[in-house]
Amino acid sequence: MKFRADFRFWIKSAQALLLAIAVCFTVGATDAGSRYNNLSHRTMCTCGCAEILGECNHVGCSASTEELAMIRDGIASGESDKAILDSMVARYGATVLAAPPKQGFDLVAWIAPFAVFLAALLGTILLVRQWSDKRALATQAVANTPEMDALKEKIRRETGGDGGF
Amino acid sequence: MATLGSFALLIALALAAYNLFAGAMALRLLATGQPARIPPERLAETARRAGIAGFIAVSAAAFALVYSVFTNDFSITYILEHSNRALPAPYKFAALWSGQEGSLLLWAWLLGAYGFVLRLMHKTDVKLYAYAGTILAGIQVFFLAILNFAAPPFSLMKGAIPADGLGLNPLLQYPEMVIHPPMLYLGYVGFSVPFAFGLGALMMRYPGEKWIKITRGWTMVTWLFLTCGIFLGMHWAYAVLGWGGYWGWDPVENASFMPWLTGTAFLHSVMMQEKKGMMKSWNVWLIFSTFMLTLLGTLLTRAGLVSSVHAFAQSSIGMWFYVFMLIVLAVCIFTYVLQRNHLQTEHRIESLVSRESSFLFNNLVLLTACFVILWGTLFPIISEYVQGTKVTVGAPFYNAVAVPIGLFLLFLTGVGPLLPWRATSLRAIKRNFVVPIVALWATVIVAYIAGARPWHDGAFDRGAFYALVGFAVAVAVFTAIASEFLRGGAVIAKQTGKNLFAATILLTRRNTRRYGGYIIHIGVVLVVIGLCGAAFNRSNEKEMALNDKLAIGPYTLQEIGASDDSNANYDSQFAILDVYQGDRKVFQITPERRVYHASNQPQTMVSIHSTPEWDLYVVFEGTNPDTGQPIIKAFLNPLVSWLWVGVVLMVLGTFVALLPSIHPSTAALKVPTGAPAEAVAHGGR
Repeated sequence: MKFRADFRFWIKSAQALLLAIAVCFTVGATDAGSRYNNLSHRTMCTCGCAEILGECNHVGCSASTEELAMIRDGIASGESDKAILDSMVARYGATVLAAPPKQGFDLVAWIAPFAVFLAALLGTILLVRQWSDKRALATQAVANTPEMDALKEKIRRETGGDGGF
Repeated sequence: MATLGSFALLIALALAAYNLFAGAMALRLLATGQPARIPPERLAETARRAGIAGFIAVSAAAFALVYSVFTNDFSITYILEHSNRALPAPYKFAALWSGQEGSLLLWAWLLGAYGFVLRLMHKTDVKLYAYAGTILAGIQVFFLAILNFAAPPFSLMKGAIPADGLGLNPLLQYPEMVIHPPMLYLGYVGFSVPFAFGLGALMMRYPGEKWIKITRGWTMVTWLFLTCGIFLGMHWAYAVLGWGGYWGWDPVENASFMPWLTGTAFLHSVMMQEKKGMMKSWNVWLIFSTFMLTLLGTLLTRAGLVSSVHAFAQSSIGMWFYVFMLIVLAVCIFTYVLQRNHLQTEHRIESLVSRESSFLFNNLVLLTACFVILWGTLFPIISEYVQGTKVTVGAPFYNAVAVPIGLFLLFLTGVGPLLPWRATSLRAIKRNFVVPIVALWATVIVAYIAGARPWHDGAFDRGAFYALVGFAVAVAVFTAIASEFLRGGAVIAKQTGKNLFAATILLTRRNTRRYGGYIIHIGVVLVVIGLCGAAFNRSNEKEMALNDKLAIGPYTLQEIGASDDSNANYDSQFAILDVYQGDRKVFQITPERRVYHASNQPQTMVSIHSTPEWDLYVVFEGTNPDTGQPIIKAFLNPLVSWLWVGVVLMVLGTFVALLPSIHPSTAALKVPTGAPAEAVAHGGR
C-alpha cells in the first residue's frame, strides 16, 4: 500500500513539474528590447551569409539593416511577434525564418525527433524487459543444480570484477 | 610537376585497383580452397605490396602539388585559384586542402598513409589484415578515380598564364586552418580503418572479439583526431568569423558532428561486445554507419545539396559520392544478411537498471542526437521536395530539439559508471546517487543566486533554463566521477600507504581504459559548462570616435586611436582600445580588419581577452563610410575558456585510455598481509 501511495505521489509530482515547465516554455518576451533580440535570433540574414540576423556582422549589409529595421518598426507600431514574422516571410520568403514554422508539413520537422526518440526509448525498454523476463524463466528452470551454481560462480568471477572498462 | 603529379595519380589508381582485385581473388581462393596457378598467399602478398607502392605514388602526387604551390606554378589551375606569390609559407601548405581537388588528394593521401601503416602491421593477423587492406583498396580506388577523371588537381590553364594567383580565401588565412582540416580529415579518413576491419571480420566470419581489440586503438586515435578537428574548427569560427559564437549548426559542421556521435556510440558499445559478447550486430552497423556518415559529410560539403558557409568547396562530383555510397550500403547489407548468424549475442541484459542498460541507453541517445542533426540538415531538401518551398533549419531548431537530448546524454554520462554490471539494488542506488543529487540541487541554488535565472523581465528564457539544468547536471556528473576516483584511490591508499593523490594516479595506471574514459567524461562536463555559458552572452556595438567609451559587463573600452599597416599579402586597419575595470586600466586590445590584395576580400581579426570567468571578444567591424570612424562590437562571453580546457582534458583522457594498464606485480605494490588483493588488482573495486 505504501509503495502505491509513494508511486502516486511521485507521478503527481512529475506531472506538476512537467506542467510548470510547459507553461514556462509558452511564455514569451514582453519588453521591446527582449522582443527585438528574440526576433532577430529567430530570423536569418538574407544577404547570403547564412547567419542568424542578430549575429550578422557585415558592416553596410543592406539586407540585415533592412530586416532589423522591419523588426524595430513592427515592435514600435505594436505588432505582435507573429505579425512581424509573417510580414518578413511575405517579403523574403519562408527561408527568412531560422527554424521551420510549427504548422502544416513543417510541423513534422519538430515532431519527428521526439517521436523517434520516444519510439526508440520505448522499444529499448520493452526489449530489455523481454530479455530479463526470458532470463528469469530460464533461471527458474535450472536454478538448483550444483553444476549450474558452480557455472554461475565462474561467470561472476570472470565478468564482474573490473567495473566495466 | 603537373605531368609528374598526373602520372603519379594514374599509377596510384592502377596499383589500388590491382590491390583490390588481386586481394579479393586471393581471399576468395583462400575461402573456397580452389586450386590456383599462383598460390593465394603469394597473390595476397603482391596485393599488399601494391597497396604500399600505391601510398608512395599518392605521396608523389601530393608532393607535386605542394611543390607547385611553393614554386608559384600558376599554369596549374588549382594553384592559380588557391594561392598567390605573397601567400605566407604555412598557408601555401593549406592551399592543398582549401579547394575541391586538393582536399580530395589529401583524403587519398591520408587513406594511403593509414593503409601503409596497416599493411606494415599485417603480421598481427595476416588474414584479417588482408581483408581490411583489400577493403581499404576499394575505397582508395573510388577516391583516385575521382582525382583522375572528375576533379583532377593538375589540370592546366588554357591561354596566357597570369603573373600572380587569385590567392587563398581570407577565411582560411588563420593558423588553425593549417591544422583544423588535416585533423578533421584524419578523423574522417581514419574511420575507414575500423570500417574495413569490421566488414572484413564479418566477411571472413572472424572468430571471437579479437578484431575489436585490434581496431580499438585505431578507432580511439581516429575519434581523437575527429574531436580535435571539430574543436579546432569551433575555435577557428570563434576567432575568425567575428559573430561571437563557435558553433552555428551549419550543415558542414553538422556533417562532422554526426560521425563523431556514432563513433562515440561505437567506442562505448564495443565494451559490451568485449566484456559480454553482446551487441555484435549493433556494433557492426554502428561502424558501417559511421563510415557512411563520413562519406555523407564529404558529399554535403561538395555537392551543394544544402546552403552552407563552407560553400567554397562545392562542385558537381556529388553523383560519384551517391553511387559510391549506394555501393557501400549494398555491400554492407549483403554481407550482413549473408553472415548475420555469426553475430549471435552470447548474453542478454538482465535488468533495466544496470551498467549494460546504461550503455544501451547511451547508444540510443547518441544515435537519436545523430538522427536529429541528420534530420535537421536534410529537412530543407525534404521540405522543398514535398511542399515546393525551402525552409531554413538553423540554430533555434537545434537548440530546441538537440539541447534537451544532449542534457539527457550528459545525465547518462554520470549515471552509467555508478551502476554495477548485471543488476543493482535500491540500496546501491541510494549509496551511489545521494552525493551527486545533493551536488545537483546545491548547484541549482548557487547558480540561481549567481544570476542564472530562467526568468527575465517577466519572460521565460529558454536558453537560461537549459543553462541552469546544464550546470546542475554537469556538477552532479563531475561529483559522480570524482567520487569514483576518490573511492578507488582511498582503497589503494589504505592498502599501499601512499597518499591519496599518488594512489589515484596508481589507480588510473592500473586501469587506464576505465579511468582514461572518466577523464574524457570530466572533459565533456567542462565543455558542457562552457556551452551553458553561451546563454548569458552579452554584446554592445558602437561607432567610436577618439576617446569614446563603450561599456560591456564589468569592462569599459576607450578608443585611444586607430592605425593601419600593410604588407605584401594584405592591408590592415586596427583600433587601439584601452580596457578599464572600474577606474583601473587592465589591458589594451587591438581588433583588426584586413583586406587581402589578391582576392580584395575583407576579413576581421578578432581580439580576445580570455579569463576563466569570461572572454572579452572585440570585433573591428569596419569604418562608417560617412564619418570614417571605426565601428566596434564587443561581446562578453561567459565561460568560453572552460570549453577549450575541456577539450584538452578529453585529449589527455584519450591518451591515458590508449596507454596499456600496468599489472599490479609491476606496480611496486606493498600489499599488506591479508589485504583484499583482488580489490587492488581491479582498481579498488
